Amino acid sequence: MKRKKLDIAILGTGNIGTDLLIKVMRSEFLQCSLFVGRNLQSKGMSKAINLGVTVSDQSIDILKENPDLYDLVFDATSAMQHFRHAKVFKELGKTVIDLTPAKVGILCVPSVNLAECLKEKNINTITCGGQASIPLAYALGTVHPDIDYIEVVSAIASKSAGPGTRVNLDEYIETTEKGIQMFSKCKKSKVMLILNPADPCIDMQTTIQATIKDPDMKSIIQAVNKMVATIQRYVPGYKLIVPPTFEGNRVIMTVRIKGLGDYLPSYAGNLDIINCAAITIAEEYSKIFTLTKSEK
Amino acid sequence: MRKKIYIHDVSLRDGSHAISHKLDKAQIIAYCQAAEAAGVPSVEVGHGNGLGASSIQIGLSRLEDVEMLSIARENLIKTKLAIHVMPGFATINKDLKRAFDIGVDLVREACHCTEADITERHIAFARERGKEVIGALMMTHMASKEILLEEALKMQSYGAEGVVLYDSAGAYLPHDVNEKISFLVANLNIPVGFHAHNNLGMAIANSLTAVESGAKIIDGAIRGFGAGAGNAQLEVLVAVLQKMEYETGISLYKILDAAELAQDKILEEIPSIKNLSIISGLSGVFSGFAKHVSRLAKEYELDPRDIFIELGRRKVVAGQEDLIVEVAIDLKKLKSTNN
Repeated sequence: MKRKKLDIAILGTGNIGTDLLIKVMRSEFLQCSLFVGRNLQSKGMSKAINLGVTVSDQSIDILKENPDLYDLVFDATSAMQHFRHAKVFKELGKTVIDLTPAKVGILCVPSVNLAECLKEKNINTITCGGQASIPLAYALGTVHPDIDYIEVVSAIASKSAGPGTRVNLDEYIETTEKGIQMFSKCKKSKVMLILNPADPCIDMQTTIQATIKDPDMKSIIQAVNKMVATIQRYVPGYKLIVPPTFEGNRVIMTVRIKGLGDYLPSYAGNLDIINCAAITIAEEYSKIFTLTKSEK
Repeated sequence: MRKKIYIHDVSLRDGSHAISHKLDKAQIIAYCQAAEAAGVPSVEVGHGNGLGASSIQIGLSRLEDVEMLSIARENLIKTKLAIHVMPGFATINKDLKRAFDIGVDLVREACHCTEADITERHIAFARERGKEVIGALMMTHMASKEILLEEALKMQSYGAEGVVLYDSAGAYLPHDVNEKISFLVANLNIPVGFHAHNNLGMAIANSLTAVESGAKIIDGAIRGFGAGAGNAQLEVLVAVLQKMEYETGISLYKILDAAELAQDKILEEIPSIKNLSIISGLSGVFSGFAKHVSRLAKEYELDPRDIFIELGRRKVVAGQEDLIVEVAIDLKKLKSTNN
């Protein structure tokens, strides 16, 4: 028997929302039952209409009025809007995967704490830089639980940073720093983001540097390689280009993230990695959800 | 009546690049007092890349931002205390609030010249807190006057009270300055400024051209103390502007004293135009790339000058160090096919 796919509503029709739509349509576990925003003329909306997806410009209201149409929501609006949306979904008892940096729910990095997150109703995907760097910081923390300082620098193509990202730069930094500290247990962290307007566009690149006294390089390399392999299962374009290297008093490593090139070109690895994380969470959720449904 | 030119002193910020961000307490005290005595309108203090930029990646400051700013605050009275702030490094909650609590007067909100919209929230916040805010567009040789105007207009709409064009690679010639500055002056309601670097020996000439094109704000650094080949030499600017009958409000003798003091107590060497500075200026590449280029040139047996010129052709910006390797490999291939 063919398993019924989980019905997904996507709230927000910008770059993130539209790229999510394409990923959902490809998934064997998910299908998009509603694609909602505020403007039927937007680029994302037109794309969805062309793809034959049910759309609405009634934003959160349509989701409020039709809770039976979907099992799970992706919120790809903004942090400010998510604070309002979160209350609505809570009342409706709907699970929401929040792609804004609002941090209302549990912070989720699929390669680290997926199982724990699936018990929650509001799951936050942190930030793109966070999805790229936190798993590696976590891997470092499993070897050295008392790291003093971890620093993360990401460079992304200017064209891949939409208005939302630009207005939320401060939140991006603070949320990612919080995630690094939480998952790695390091004492202090610093996160920086560089928007690079170079043409042709650069791929997303993230460098992690950690101050560690007497690092156990063999164990670090082992833990990092294992983590990279886990991430590659849901982010195929994730590549370690500088393996963990001990230099001076720090351990340094660099990853490059090429996107799948679904809605946005492949240089937008920053958008791709956060969406791949969201899809992974939703797919795992669908397995539990259909299980509990059939038990009923 | 003489026309007024506002001189903004970036010595204790841009100069930090030249001494690997190792400013100490005694240096900040001595220089702030000297600048105050000379009547310098504003002094910018901090890490070379500004507030919140002390890091392994770019270089760790000897003193924390708050320490540097507190020391400077105690030693400035009429002279304004200024900071350089780049969104992506500093945030409102972590950095700006603390700097404002210490009593910073003036904020330079800075970004790469095509990215003005990332400064919107910081500018609005600084204005709400009653600070003077000037927008700073960096690496401006890379964009046309029309694009620069568009970005400057955004900053103006966010509340910036002036916009300064930075020649971060020292790539401008006087006619470029004239073209861009006069276009902005004609189309903005707020004062326009210029921040020179001396890679091609043009820092003073370009600053003068900016003034003659209508710029009201000129950045300078004492003895040219700044990144790479250095900035427009502040005490020379004061002298030349005096000769041209502009009013800066700065005492020439006292700024010369400040220069001697800085040379004795702060500068490790007086900035000079080294060969690779000339080439990086000529190709419009950020001078911070010089070390990587030299290293890779040795490794691949190439002329570092060729690498710089190719990097310039590809329009690289700071942060794209990985591209240097790619260029080196490409040039090496080309060399072997030609042989």
